[in-house]
Amino acid sequence: MATKDNRQFLEFEKPIKELYDQIAQLQHMAEKNPKVDYQASLQQLESQIQEKRKEITAHLTSWQRVQLSRHPERPYTSAYLKRMTTNFVELHGDRNVRDDKAMIGGFALLEGETVMFIGHQKGINTKMRQLRNFGMSNPEGYRKALRLMKLAEKFNKPVVTLIDTPGAYPGPEAEERGQGEAIARNIFEMMKLKVPVICVIIGEGASGGALGIGVGDRVFMMENTWYTVISPENCSSILWRSWDQKEKAAEELKLTSSDMSRFGLVDGIIPEPFGGAHWDYDQAAATLKTQLVQTIRELKRLTPEERIEQRISKFSQMGFYDELPA
Amino acid sequence: MSQQEEDFEVNLTGEEGQSEESKTRWFKRIKKGIQTSTAEKKEVPEGLWTKCPQCKYTCTMLELRENLFVCPQCNYHHRIESSEYFDILFDNKQYTLLFDNIVSKDFLGFTDLKPYHKRLEEVWKKTDLKDSIRFATGNVGGSGLVVGVMDFEFIGGSLGSVMGEKIARAVDYCLQHHLPLLIVSKSGGARMMESAFSLMQMAKTIGKLTQLADAKIPYISLMTDPTFGGVTASFAMMGDLNIAEPGALIGFAGPRVIKETIRKELPEGFQRSEFLLEHGFLDYIVDRKTLKERIAQSLMLFAH
Ligand SMILES: [Zn+2]
Repeated sequence: MATKDNRQFLEFEKPIKELYDQIAQLQHMAEKNPKVDYQASLQQLESQIQEKRKEITAHLTSWQRVQLSRHPERPYTSAYLKRMTTNFVELHGDRNVRDDKAMIGGFALLEGETVMFIGHQKGINTKMRQLRNFGMSNPEGYRKALRLMKLAEKFNKPVVTLIDTPGAYPGPEAEERGQGEAIARNIFEMMKLKVPVICVIIGEGASGGALGIGVGDRVFMMENTWYTVISPENCSSILWRSWDQKEKAAEELKLTSSDMSRFGLVDGIIPEPFGGAHWDYDQAAATLKTQLVQTIRELKRLTPEERIEQRISKFSQMGFYDELPA
Repeated sequence: MSQQEEDFEVNLTGEEGQSEESKTRWFKRIKKGIQTSTAEKKEVPEGLWTKCPQCKYTCTMLELRENLFVCPQCNYHHRIESSEYFDILFDNKQYTLLFDNIVSKDFLGFTDLKPYHKRLEEVWKKTDLKDSIRFATGNVGGSGLVVGVMDFEFIGGSLGSVMGEKIARAVDYCLQHHLPLLIVSKSGGARMMESAFSLMQMAKTIGKLTQLADAKIPYISLMTDPTFGGVTASFAMMGDLNIAEPGALIGFAGPRVIKETIRKELPEGFQRSEFLLEHGFLDYIVDRKTLKERIAQSLMLFAH
């Protein structure tokens, strides 16, 4: 999380930036005039910031939600793991090609119970972003994820996946090594995993790259995230034949957590701190943790067979079509 | 098909429109030739001369059709429609269509340059197709088979709710009648106008395929030119046998997207069937002329 001094603001967060600037000014004046008490004014500004954060997330367009999901200060998988779990042991590699840094995973304790966590990982600075390939996995990332899921199944541990990707990596080596097959295989195996599986979109949920670790008994979306078949930018470029229609594409795609929940394509929304998860990592992680603990408890009441049957049947019901009289 | 529509479909696969006449439009034109009434045919006796887009070999419609739309000179496999595959595969060209009454619906009210429902109405008017996949059942080499074949002409063979539902029902039908399943893919990928619903069809179809797998009923996936995106990353790659026609472009990301990512030209033959076979993602490549025979043979081996 950024300190107050080097915060980055999105266009629609500018009113908050102005309040921070005012605070800085007051603090500067307080230093120069130690006898004057600025405390009351500072407190007032702090509470105005709280109000602004609340106000901003109350009226966001779909595109602004997309922007929040990509906020440079947004918490990524490891930030959540650090706050929700103890004893996280990262496990590396797909045992075949290499270790994909865009996908991380390993066992950790969640409220005293061992859980397998798997998630896309984005980088927090320029160098790390490249190392993490901007959260875009290659086939070996999906295969590593599958290996870890099978490991969890063997030792009867629940699986939690945290999804945050602009898409599976579209590179020539990814094609050579079967990106399509890797994603398809994961979907197939996740359908049949005997242990409870919970998936959470914590940022971007782009297409097959997201679904490749996205099949679960419960699929949740954090409040300010998106999940659909294509990014608004690529959708604009293909359907509108221009890069300028991303806002419109975002609206048409109905990709926000409230849309997806309304359609029954995800099982619930996890609320974020006012203004977005980047304002308070601890609070965001605490809410997510509560939801995970409770859901794992619920899912454990079912037998593996019941879970698998309900999982398949849930996805089987998705879709809209007309049936003409035969 | 309008130029715009054509661009759209080419775009879906990120495919380059290398030839002066795109493959789909080409087929549309020769299809017209096939469907010309007998009276007209006399005027242009098996009339049309056609030119192969790959080697420029010129032959008559009749010759090409007898050759199952494979170029007699260079073995180029022209894109053909579901009805042609049904004729090629089923004994005596006899089959029963399944689930033909399921049609798409603009549930989201999706509008890009035109509303989705308009797009659907236009394709329904222009073609005799109801959606991008058709299913049929009949005998292939004497034993029963359920076959689904995509039609590229219907919004780029895109995977939407209808395709997902038909595949789901086909699996149920196979389970009920204990019949193997063949799906012939030819698709640019997911149908964007159905947004996340199209994405979820990947999970839906694979979920159903796990049931087929549990019942130990064989599923063969035949990939033809082109097979991309959500189709590749779901049921197309999950066959007990993954097979393909020669020279077909098959991949997850389209070549255009990959080129833009790496800012380099792609090697000759990249993402072609032969490339996939070499990298271990296909069981075998099958010529259309031996397709029926090879399918029947593979099914026989599962059955004995
Ligand atoms: Zn030729």
